[in-house]
Amino acid sequence: MQQTSTTFRTENLSVFYGTYEAVKNISLNFPDKSVTALIGPSGCGKSTFLRSLNRMNDEISQAVIKGKIWIGGEDINDPSTDVIQLRQKIGMVWQKPNPFYKSIYENIAFGPKYHGVKNKKELDQIVESSLRKAALWDEVKDRLKQSALSLSGGQQQRLCIARALSVNPGILLLDEPASALDPVSTSKVEELIVELKKELSIVIVTHNMQQAARISDYTAYFYLGTLMEHNDTEIIFTNPANAMTQEYISGRFG
Amino acid sequence: MKAIDERPVGIADNPRPGRFKKHHMEDFAGRSYTTICAILLIVIILSIVYFVASKGLATFFRDGVSFSEFLFGSKWDPDGNHGEPQFGVMPFIFGSFATSILAAVIASPLSICASLFMTEIVPGWGKKLLQPVIELLAGIPSVVYGFVGLTVIVPALRDMFPGQGIGIAAGSIVLSVMILPTITSIGTDALSSLPRGLKESSYALGATRWQTIYRVILPTVLPSILTGVVLGMARAFGEALAVQMVIGNAPHIPRSLFESASTLTSVITLDMGNTVMGTPHSNALWSMALALMFMTFIFVVIVRLLERRNRI
Amino acid sequence: MKAKAADKIATTIIVVFSLLIVAVLLGLLGFIMYRGLSHISWHFLTSVPQTIREGGGIGPQLFNSLFLLVLTLIITIPLGLGAGIYMAEYAKPGKITGAIRLVVEVLSSFPSIVVGLFGLLLIVNTFGFGFSLFSGALVLTIFNLPLMVRITEQAFRSVPKEQKEAGLALGLSKWKIITSVLFPVALPSIVTGTVLAAGRVFGEAAALLFTAGMSTPRLDFTNWNPLSPTSPINPFRPAETLAVHIWKINSEGIAPDAAEIAAGASAVLVILVLVFNLFARWFGNLLYKIMTASKRMG
Repeated sequence: MQQTSTTFRTENLSVFYGTYEAVKNISLNFPDKSVTALIGPSGCGKSTFLRSLNRMNDEISQAVIKGKIWIGGEDINDPSTDVIQLRQKIGMVWQKPNPFYKSIYENIAFGPKYHGVKNKKELDQIVESSLRKAALWDEVKDRLKQSALSLSGGQQQRLCIARALSVNPGILLLDEPASALDPVSTSKVEELIVELKKELSIVIVTHNMQQAARISDYTAYFYLGTLMEHNDTEIIFTNPANAMTQEYISGRFG
Repeated sequence: MKAIDERPVGIADNPRPGRFKKHHMEDFAGRSYTTICAILLIVIILSIVYFVASKGLATFFRDGVSFSEFLFGSKWDPDGNHGEPQFGVMPFIFGSFATSILAAVIASPLSICASLFMTEIVPGWGKKLLQPVIELLAGIPSVVYGFVGLTVIVPALRDMFPGQGIGIAAGSIVLSVMILPTITSIGTDALSSLPRGLKESSYALGATRWQTIYRVILPTVLPSILTGVVLGMARAFGEALAVQMVIGNAPHIPRSLFESASTLTSVITLDMGNTVMGTPHSNALWSMALALMFMTFIFVVIVRLLERRNRI
Repeated sequence: MKAKAADKIATTIIVVFSLLIVAVLLGLLGFIMYRGLSHISWHFLTSVPQTIREGGGIGPQLFNSLFLLVLTLIITIPLGLGAGIYMAEYAKPGKITGAIRLVVEVLSSFPSIVVGLFGLLLIVNTFGFGFSLFSGALVLTIFNLPLMVRITEQAFRSVPKEQKEAGLALGLSKWKIITSVLFPVALPSIVTGTVLAAGRVFGEAAALLFTAGMSTPRLDFTNWNPLSPTSPINPFRPAETLAVHIWKINSEGIAPDAAEIAAGASAVLVILVLVFNLFARWFGNLLYKIMTASKRMG
């Protein structure tokens, strides 16, 4: 796959809402086939940062973005970038499961169909493999025609992950994907993330320190829009360089 | 099992050249289509204003009728059947205001009670009972209201009061039923969007339900209720056929509520078919339409002001 | 206890007034049905009206009303959807959006007789379409459009924004998201709103007096050539609708049974509006099930 050689990093990335600088001059590298966790107290800019990685901020808010985001040799903030094509290469999953109001099958097949897969057999295969990758196939294979909304919250979230995988992205952005789920579903999603990093580079925003420690390879600590510390997860959680990081991960504030 | 993992190469790696910019074309077409539709709305309103105004102003600029003679004159004889043509529309303006204000006066208390009934007195089945009633009242066509007014209300008024039964009273009663749904639904929306704490703190102080409604709830929702009343009046002011059927259509200011009268809309309705375009009579009717349009603007401005106050 | 007494009195008044409204509706419906139903027969619904003799029907008027409604919807729906989608999805907060919102508000509070006069001047006379179904449909479109825009905008706005985000993240174009992700979710409310609005159009008369006209040519229901003047489906022929007919016989009807005809026609009109109301709700829910493969929540 082309994406295996992808370098994915930001260079001096800043995000402004009007005059308010929500993300301040952040340079971060996301190594391939690994999980990078973004942690920090609420309002520290980590979600805003994540949303600018696939230029989701373009559509939803009036944010102004400065700096560069490199994927391979391409700066995706460049005006000439085809944002729609770009987003196809970057999957995203949110805190609240948001399956389409369609059948389970349609939820997965919809993206590939739009991107040109017409063959029914091929679509069936994509649906099955995406659901398998998201560890949902066995639970839903007999009711693919049913509404996605009939699934439980945890299943819906895995369906959303499967949907993101259906267009074969090289990068997966996860915005607190398990914080609305029960413990059993959470551990399923976590297992899934560990499984998926074999193929993708994953960036996850989380409030759950244990989760970050369990599943991520690298951790970045954000505070008030600034990147305070970025290192191997093990180092961050055992021997952080910054006193504030230490305080945050040991739960003293945030 | 293995076959599945060997799925075809990812779509993202394999952009089909022919379809490369399909999504841009799509977006362009969609944006253009919806923008044109939105612009069309502006074109429509501008042309309505332009055409009605250009016809309506002819009375003053071509037929030489003075503004004050038109607005404040009380003689309406556009074809000059009794000497010089007279274009005083004061009686119709009076009729329009009288019927719509009276209609609002009758409908408002009823509507507010209905809103309170649905939200404060019996929120459960009260809403189930009244909601469909209000929707049905809103759905009944105005000619049907006119027909019922003509066959029920006019004879009833004739029996109870001196006169023919037709007139401003009959018009107001018919209109009040027609605008009931407008005021009620806006009032109900406002009441049901009140924060819970507002009421509870009043009850906690030992206030009765009525004290709570009177001192806390009604003052809070007053701007919204007034919005409803103004919208109701706007509807009453512009309603043509139902009023025309029961008001009698005499071109003078009546001495009582039970004497034949006219409104701006009723005169336009009756006369427009019997005049030739371009004659002073026809132009005067257009001037009345212009006045109606002007009143619409006033009503919209009042509603806007009330909404602004409501937001604060 | 003065406060308690006041509370009791106020509650009583509120309840009495509310029940009065219910009574008014029941009285209205009861009266219309009582006076009208006895006059409704197959003959009444299908035969042509009589000017001076007894036994006239409302066949052509009924047909005109339905046909005019269809024509109006054909014009209104694409325009209303387009403008509504623009307001919900494309318009950025600013002066122009504010102006369009004001236009919608003003347009929806214009008296229908004024819209009718505009139609008379521009569509009937200047464009030369004459008193015709087509002129009537255009005027009713103006009358109905603001409502349609509002219905569409609200329906689209009530779709959770997470749906849109999900579509964006999949690399779908905005238009594809609007048509394939948001529209199916919004459709049930749009349909319910449209059918309710259609009921309003169906009963409208003031705007039609000077546009669709107050007469109907002798129609030949075996003639389906849309260009023939006696064909019922010719959109360029004058057409008196049911609502206009009710108004006309009340103000100038001279047939001996004019009152009965008015009552019967009113009953037919009200029944059809009721049917629209019920159908709108039922069909909206059904559609929701089909479009989203699930039950409507809430």
